[in-house]
Amino acid sequence: METIDYQVQPPYLYPDYKSTVFRSPTKPLILVSDKLKDISLPAFGESAIGPLDNDLTKNARKNGEPLGERIKVSGKVQDEYGHPLPHVLVEIWQANASGRYIHKSEIHDAPLDPNFLGAGRMLTDKEGRYLLYTIKPGAYQWGNHYNAWRPNHIHFSVMGHQIGHRLVTQMYFPGDPLFEFDPIFNSVPKSARELLIAKFRMDWTDPEFALAYEFNLVLNGRLQTPFE
Amino acid sequence: MERLRRTPSQTIGPFFAYGLTARQYGYDFNSIVTGSMIADNGPGNRVQISGKVLDGNDAPISDAMLECWQADAEGRFNKMIRLPHDGFIGLGRLGTGTEPDFSFRFTTIKPGSMREGMAPHINIILFMRGSLHHLYTRIYFSDEAEANQSDELLKIVPEERRHTLVAKRSRKSGIPEYLFDIHMQGAKETVFFEI
Repeated sequence: METIDYQVQPPYLYPDYKSTVFRSPTKPLILVSDKLKDISLPAFGESAIGPLDNDLTKNARKNGEPLGERIKVSGKVQDEYGHPLPHVLVEIWQANASGRYIHKSEIHDAPLDPNFLGAGRMLTDKEGRYLLYTIKPGAYQWGNHYNAWRPNHIHFSVMGHQIGHRLVTQMYFPGDPLFEFDPIFNSVPKSARELLIAKFRMDWTDPEFALAYEFNLVLNGRLQTPFE
Repeated sequence: MERLRRTPSQTIGPFFAYGLTARQYGYDFNSIVTGSMIADNGPGNRVQISGKVLDGNDAPISDAMLECWQADAEGRFNKMIRLPHDGFIGLGRLGTGTEPDFSFRFTTIKPGSMREGMAPHINIILFMRGSLHHLYTRIYFSDEAEANQSDELLKIVPEERRHTLVAKRSRKSGIPEYLFDIHMQGAKETVFFEI
């Protein structure tokens, strides 16, 4: 069975995103049988997660609060059959409110925030839910082509219970005017791009504190019996 | 049952290090796993797995990230990762941006065979800027030629490409080192699996 659905997933080679040209495989991937891909990944103990790891507004404070718009991002992680996936490791990283990443080789001329790192992690709960607090990231200028700007986004890394559950993706914000100019976002087939855009949730806001967004993640299914 | 559409994959980008491999790169954030796949108190003889990730121009890639996942010497996978690390961990993660030649070097023990028809191996998940998906590959060992012959996964790989999955034991003395370069393209293009 074909496991990569190209109605939803980007191709390996997408020339508008220039770095794919010399970094994508040219030979077909070798399809692995169900028996051989049934490889469990480890669980992570609560000890692996620090108490502030899911609150980026607090986990790197030096002398005050980070600048920018506080937001809450929450959602559920499930497999494609709708089963919630508990105790999944969700890791995130992002630019600060000015669109600047703290990474040492980053050269975009926007200010760093001494009170913001931009990295966090959490485990999903029994219902497969995660919750994080952060600062809304700014747009980010990059070198793919002249005057290239990335839409606001948060990077997500998800590690589930099986090796096929691995996912790295990016969450975008609704209505971003940069969508149509961004080759990374547009590498995904048009009808599936909505899956990468968080929903604004007025009903999930923390009144007088933070606006809220919902971003759900669907991973590769566990191996299923044909009758399920 | 109606299936949900899977979340589309996107590239890891160039700036994952302060979140995913913070300790290796010297950022002020904890790391759940590192390049050491066995804690100091873990049993077994240490080996190193080292190499580079090379692009279609044979240039080493400075912003890739590798995850290694392997069984212990008896062929059993670890079930739980806790901090501080204790004993055999089995899961490793390194970026390629901290060595001057952009190499990676994992410290581990050699995995045992899990069962008949499975040669000792390490599962690799590879990420990088410029790759819209993560990629799966595997490391086998050059000094396990007989076991490799009967490995069920190697058997489905065209014979002329199997060598791309076999790490070569270096002749240097000291801690045994296995060399495993990953070629994204070209005549030596590494075999990647669809899982």
